[in-house]
Amino acid sequence: MRLVILDDYDLASEWAAKYIRNRIIQFKPSAERYFTLGLPTGSTPYGCYKKLIEFYRSGDISFKYVKTFNMDEYVGLPRAHPESYHSYMWNNFFKHIDIDPANAHILDGNAEDLETECQAYEQKIAEAGGIELFVGGIGPDGHIAFNEPGSSLVSRTRVKTLAKDTIVANARFFGNDLNKVPTMALTVGVGTVMDAKEVMILITGAHKAFALYKAIEEGVNHMWTVSAFQQHPRTIFVCDEDATLELRVKTVKYFKGTNNNNSSVEKSSLT
Amino acid sequence: MPSNKSVSDAAITQFINCRILRDHRLQRDDLWVREGKVLDPEKLFFDEKGYADKLVDCEGSIIAPGFIDVQINGGYGIDFSQASDDVSSGVSFVAKKILQHGVTSFCPTLVTSPPAVYHKVLPQIKVSDGGEHGAGVLGFHLEGPFISVEKKGAHPEQFLRTFQSGGIEDLMEAYGGLDNIAMVTLAPELGGSQSVVKELCQRGITVSLGHSVANLSQAEEAVHHGASFITHLFNAMLPFHHRDPGIVGLLTSDQVPAGRTVYYGMIADGIHTNPAALRIAHRAHPSGLVLVTDAITAMGLPPGRHTLGQQVIEIQGLHAYVAGLNAAYQPPTTCSACTKTLCGSIATMDMCVRHFKHASGCSVEEALEAASLHPAKLLGISHKKGNLDYGSDADLVLLDDALNVEATFISGEEVWRKGP
Repeated sequence: MRLVILDDYDLASEWAAKYIRNRIIQFKPSAERYFTLGLPTGSTPYGCYKKLIEFYRSGDISFKYVKTFNMDEYVGLPRAHPESYHSYMWNNFFKHIDIDPANAHILDGNAEDLETECQAYEQKIAEAGGIELFVGGIGPDGHIAFNEPGSSLVSRTRVKTLAKDTIVANARFFGNDLNKVPTMALTVGVGTVMDAKEVMILITGAHKAFALYKAIEEGVNHMWTVSAFQQHPRTIFVCDEDATLELRVKTVKYFKGTNNNNSSVEKSSLT
Repeated sequence: MPSNKSVSDAAITQFINCRILRDHRLQRDDLWVREGKVLDPEKLFFDEKGYADKLVDCEGSIIAPGFIDVQINGGYGIDFSQASDDVSSGVSFVAKKILQHGVTSFCPTLVTSPPAVYHKVLPQIKVSDGGEHGAGVLGFHLEGPFISVEKKGAHPEQFLRTFQSGGIEDLMEAYGGLDNIAMVTLAPELGGSQSVVKELCQRGITVSLGHSVANLSQAEEAVHHGASFITHLFNAMLPFHHRDPGIVGLLTSDQVPAGRTVYYGMIADGIHTNPAALRIAHRAHPSGLVLVTDAITAMGLPPGRHTLGQQVIEIQGLHAYVAGLNAAYQPPTTCSACTKTLCGSIATMDMCVRHFKHASGCSVEEALEAASLHPAKLLGISHKKGNLDYGSDADLVLLDDALNVEATFISGEEVWRKGP
């Protein structure tokens, strides 16, 4: 893996946004060959989305030939609810850019048949030629998307019951009322994300530090599902200093050292 | 990109680079319009996979809901209370002119007149939508003749009436009918008026209290029966008294039925109400304040003499006074403004919005809502007018930061734009 450590949240968001921007530009997407991007929600990627919107506004990038696939969505929450992931993506990203609405895919948590919805989603990803770059976050319990502790590391898109940790973490978006937080969600599986050509995980804040430690310094374990990416050929973890607080000094020093010997992709990221 | 709208093929307009008044705040957000109504872009994106056909760059302007004037007697030489054979061309003329003040809907107002005038004028105007031709007509506002002699103001005394047969029959006889009437102003101390209030409200007509010497309990009784507006607060009613606040006391009355709001019209032209009085009313009951122009024939015209209903009035600057029935009458020039009888104003709605904001120190949002949301709620039409909620009519006014009108839209179409 690559571990990229930036001083703070804003710099980490900027680095990640630049990486996405550069990957899309270098891919040279067209009507015949779309760039497929997997996307997360939550407070961590918020800064990254803001930066991507800036790049769009200044003309650096267009999302005309980009197809997006979000990781997850709550079950049973009305799509227009301000906390649904549809609302999040519309307000924080889609409404500010030039993506074709037909190319923005999000799981439908209100579908008649949830299982069919999940299978259809996997189908859509396959039809799009697979995911070029899957961007994700990490939960305090080390989960990727809603693949809660105990999820199979070869799982596919399916319905999941949310863990207590996750419900508690999300309560702040529902007026701190645990009863209002949805208890189920549709989520891409660990296996689904592993199929992507490249995976970029954003991790910021001290409250995520222990999860990061478990994900990269301990073994592959279904209790910390992000650890599965130790077995992916191309993973980047982008974090701020606070997120590294539980790592060994040796790990941090090693990766800070390698980041100083940049490849051409990162050289343009730092400009 | 090929269009893929599943609900409608109608063109979608997106107003960009603007600040819109939504949820009582000015927000930096785009406004989407389709088929004359405000559209939910999130639904368009996810349900229809649709997007805008046309972009309108507002260059940083404020977009507010179009202003609604519930008390306007005429303007530009037109007097709605004149019994002409072609009232509709007069109403249309004014309707077109007021677009430049940001007004997209209004209630043509008739002052106290003889039955012959009502019988002739009322049938000629119907409730109608606005458009390129002018602002929409919401229905008449009939101010009188069932008002108090002592507080007639500029209304002609000889045509004032009381309730004889005890009720709605008197109204039918005076007006000739109750179709296309949005509001009636009456004095609730008149005998037999309370049952009239009740009947009018049941017919969906807004009842307003004004030109009256009612005490607070008479006013409260009227509100109990459904009255919901006060015509030009402070003017043509008993002044506030600390042991009997009169109609003014409705602003803080505890007898207003739960869930109901008493609205009050304010002529914020700097003349009809001292700014301190305006502030007292606003601070006592901010959510009830409705800006009205009470504009008369002379609005938009140069200084001089003009007719208002059955009387002659004189314009001096922004002041309009009763000139008297004697054409040779010369108003004493040394008289102070408060001893002359005011008769309507010649301020325009956008002037009133600016003056209200300046005099009360309120926020931009409050000033704009006093001219749009509040009158819409008063008339019970806030489900489609007076706001920029999804599904509301796209009647818009574009303003600069000083609240000068830059452009006016009705049903999403531009109907007026300020020249360079």
